[in-house]
Amino acid sequence: MLEVDGVTVRFGDRVVLDEIGLAVGAGEVVGLLGPSGSGKSTLLRVIAGLLVPDRGRVAWDGDNLRTVPTHRRRFGLVFQDHQLFPHRDVAGNVGFGLSVAGRPQAEIRRRVTELLDLVGLPGFERRGVASLSGGEAQRVALARALAPSPRLLLLDEPLGALDRELHDRLALDLRRLLKEVGIAGLHVTHDPEEADAVADRVVSLEQLGR
Amino acid sequence: MHRRLIPLAPAVLAALLVLPACGSDSSSGGGATTAAGGSAGSDGSSGAAAAPAAALTLLTYDAFTEPDALAQFTKDTGIAVKVAKSGDAGTLVNKAILTAGRPEGDVLWGVDNTLLSRAVDGKVFTPYQSSQLGQLAPDAVSLVPGHEVTPVDTGDVCLNVDKGWFADKGLRLPQTFEDLLDPAYKGLLVVQNPASSSPGLAFLLATVAHFGDPGYEQFWAKLRANDVSVVEDWDTAYYSSFTAGGGQGDRPIVVSYASSPPATIYYADEPKPTTPTTASVDATCFRQVEFAGVLRGTQHEAEAQRLVDFLVGADFQGELPLTNFVYPVREGVALPQLFTDFAPPVAHPLTLSPADIAAHRDQWISTWTQTVLR
Amino acid sequence: MVLAAIPLAFLAIFFAWPVAAIIGRGLSVRGIREVLTDPGLRSVAWFTLWQAALSTALTVAIGLLPAYVLARYRFAGRSLVLALVTVPFVLPTVVVGAAFLALLPASLDQTVWAILIAHVYFNLAVVIRTVGTLWGQLDPRVEEAARTLGASPRQVMLRVTLPLLRPALLAAASITFLFTFTSFGIIRILGGPRHPTIEVEVWRLTTQAFELRAAAALAFLQLVAVTGLMLWWSNVQSRQAVTLRLRPRGTATPPRTARQRALVASTVAGLVAIVVIPLGRLVAGSLRDGDGLGLSAWRGLGAAPGRGPASRPVADPLAAVGTSLRFAVLATVVAVVIGGSAAVAIAASRRGGSLLDAGLMLPLGTSAVTVGFGLLITMDRRPLDLRGSWVLIPIAHAVVAVPFVVRAVLPTLRSIDPRLRDAASTLGASPARVWLEIDLPFLRRALVAGAGFAFAISLGEFGATSFLTRVGNETMPIAIARLLGRPSPANLAQSYALATVLMVLTLVVILAVDRLRGDAVGF
Repeated sequence: MLEVDGVTVRFGDRVVLDEIGLAVGAGEVVGLLGPSGSGKSTLLRVIAGLLVPDRGRVAWDGDNLRTVPTHRRRFGLVFQDHQLFPHRDVAGNVGFGLSVAGRPQAEIRRRVTELLDLVGLPGFERRGVASLSGGEAQRVALARALAPSPRLLLLDEPLGALDRELHDRLALDLRRLLKEVGIAGLHVTHDPEEADAVADRVVSLEQLGR
Repeated sequence: MHRRLIPLAPAVLAALLVLPACGSDSSSGGGATTAAGGSAGSDGSSGAAAAPAAALTLLTYDAFTEPDALAQFTKDTGIAVKVAKSGDAGTLVNKAILTAGRPEGDVLWGVDNTLLSRAVDGKVFTPYQSSQLGQLAPDAVSLVPGHEVTPVDTGDVCLNVDKGWFADKGLRLPQTFEDLLDPAYKGLLVVQNPASSSPGLAFLLATVAHFGDPGYEQFWAKLRANDVSVVEDWDTAYYSSFTAGGGQGDRPIVVSYASSPPATIYYADEPKPTTPTTASVDATCFRQVEFAGVLRGTQHEAEAQRLVDFLVGADFQGELPLTNFVYPVREGVALPQLFTDFAPPVAHPLTLSPADIAAHRDQWISTWTQTVLR
Repeated sequence: MVLAAIPLAFLAIFFAWPVAAIIGRGLSVRGIREVLTDPGLRSVAWFTLWQAALSTALTVAIGLLPAYVLARYRFAGRSLVLALVTVPFVLPTVVVGAAFLALLPASLDQTVWAILIAHVYFNLAVVIRTVGTLWGQLDPRVEEAARTLGASPRQVMLRVTLPLLRPALLAAASITFLFTFTSFGIIRILGGPRHPTIEVEVWRLTTQAFELRAAAALAFLQLVAVTGLMLWWSNVQSRQAVTLRLRPRGTATPPRTARQRALVASTVAGLVAIVVIPLGRLVAGSLRDGDGLGLSAWRGLGAAPGRGPASRPVADPLAAVGTSLRFAVLATVVAVVIGGSAAVAIAASRRGGSLLDAGLMLPLGTSAVTVGFGLLITMDRRPLDLRGSWVLIPIAHAVVAVPFVVRAVLPTLRSIDPRLRDAASTLGASPARVWLEIDLPFLRRALVAGAGFAFAISLGEFGATSFLTRVGNETMPIAIARLLGRPSPANLAQSYALATVLMVLTLVVILAVDRLRGDAVGF
């Protein structure tokens, strides 16, 4: 399980995160609420290892992750604007994590097909990234993050850019997916309804800090 | 800022095409010229009777220094002279050949005996038999029976040695070509690539004149074995490699000019030394003769001829030694003290006929390249 | 495309026609055959090719780390470092070559290593600026996504970053290759007579030996080879162009961790040291006064050239400065207009675009002698009787600078998301308006970078200028070369002083251009 304790981040004079603490249990999906600009994304980046906090610790199953670089934390991250690799097709994106881990081609292909089915995009392997709609791209991003079987999935406003109908539909899909895979998740959003739809329990960023 | 650039584009292009019509050369500040204006070779002038204050353009190479006497020509005749320098002697001549008939200037100064045939064959000049020819050294005049050009000065390309260096090492100064093969002088000589350097070519020709063809080949093979250094041009050889050049060099023997020793005194900072630290090796000298000529196609032929006469006149010739470090071709012109003391004219320099040079130069260069560089 | 007509006309008049004319003078089938079968010339061609390839590879490899540091990190003195690094590229080799030569150990004298090292030194800025511009505009979150997927830093670089940087890498490589392929001053000064390249041979055959047949054949073959290479490269580039989401303002942040700080500090320190040492030697040379140090060379700069034997009026330094600046302004304006319109035309059309792209690069791949002599025999009658006119020099500068403007603008132009343009169109913007509102903000940065390059190139151009110079309009490099070619130590010191002025001027210009682009963040 994930433990965040006393994390503080300052950009210059501005205190973005002030003594934040939270915990995510195994298989648990936690929703984190907060208005835009409140530092939610920053917290996710700290947890992912992309940003070193000025103070505090991030631990998994008791082990302090201070010395563990991002690429060894096995925390998946889904960005609000998908951040798919433009120079690779859908299969190349989804299979990326397995490819850098050196898995054999056959295994990668199998897993990619499996995940594209899971997110409801069967047959999309050869599609180019630029040709995807917003909803499709987000689902590919999700599949990509899940492919290397991370221990924790971080979601940074994953449904923020989508229209209402799609948004609602995907929120339900997301929850189903996470439960099916059985993975722990930290879902950050500014939308309380979305948080309720996806997460097991919802906390607000204000509550977590000092 | 950029929104305004786009409409500017056609204006700029239009301006570019119109500008040249507003007049060609701009003499923007200094430069070592004596007067302004006048574009040689353009179609602007009215042809036949040139306007009173005509102007001439003298084409020459970069290293040329105009003697003050040139101003006298303008005072005497009212004709302004602009000196246009472009490149080294080879580039100068080749440009002239390419533009033969539509020349960039009126008079060309700086074709030498190694390039003479090429220039004459390229029909670069309009022959002119100067009234002054009788006052000039006969063996120089005889090189140009057709009078396409007029000899203007002579010079000798010789080995220069750093006397100070040799004194320090207690070595005897080399006196001949053969001396250079002495093991005691291993790694002491720097020469220039004859394919790209005029003195370099002259030195090669000197060895051909001395050893004959194919004797020179053997000589160079042995020189290579004696660790001769080859550089691309005279500047590099003299200032970077020669021990008495800029101070950083490691070779005390270099191919340079007979007039280089007095030049070291002349250009030295105060207080000037009384004797040069270098000397030239007479037995290795190759005679270079320089010529000037009226360019074919000039709009000012008469004026150009007057200029040529002036160039071989006593005043101009007298200033040549201390400006360009060459010897006057006019007989009876006194040499400056510096020259009589430290660079008296070489009595028997090595020579080859221009026809000979023209016929075999390329072959000699290519053989040399094979022998020394590959 | 109307826009394409402008660069095409420019290229045709001031490049294609003169080159065709001079090559036509000597070109013959027999000549080509002789050149192709001559073993000496074949080995020259082979040497030219491999030393250029190796130089390019080395320069790109060495330039990546500085490009990254300068693109991604903001720190005090960043613009100064960037400007400093660009100075060697601009300075003519005749100026820096001697200083460089003096600094290299004697064992490297006249070796290929000296050539390679010098090539890297002079071309590093191309890689750093071209690659750095794009790198600074890449969204770092794409790399972060890769890291969360388990990619180690090395894997991120190889699998994500470098592929995304490909357009800029190819652009930088193509320019560097072109420059090292047609390198002249470095080959002669540092390589000596033992390592001639095609360019040197063409020069020698044209200006010294006057063998026009061989020279024309060689120049023609060089042109063909370069054209083929450029066409291939251009095709590859446009085919692989991937729509990127760029951050036009750049993504630089101050270094946060100790490790980042150490990286920035060591890279910058190393870079500056490498760049500054030869330049420092120039400055030191200008302070030589007899046997000691002094400012006489500097005082002499301002003095009007006197008459009389004691003061050799070799060159008028101050006038040279003014001339250089005037020419540079004109050359830059022309280059930006021509290059900008060319880049747009190239990006807009597939097939024709590659042709225009390759065509504009040709001047870089043609020897200065060929162009210079070509201009000599073509620009000699009305309405283009420009042979004796000073205007030809900035035009020649512009011809050389246009490909840089194109190269600076093209990668960015190609990477703009077409959906942005579509969005603007659907909002009612005309094509011109789309261009102004969408492309231009992205391009502004690149255009100014291109303008800066063009200005700097014009200041330091030597090859073509030396064939076109007339008395009274010497540029600084010409004046320096003239001073270097004269006997006295005073002239030598003065040439170094003028070289220092050129250096400082270049630095100031580049700094100003970089600042003008607005907001300090970004490359």
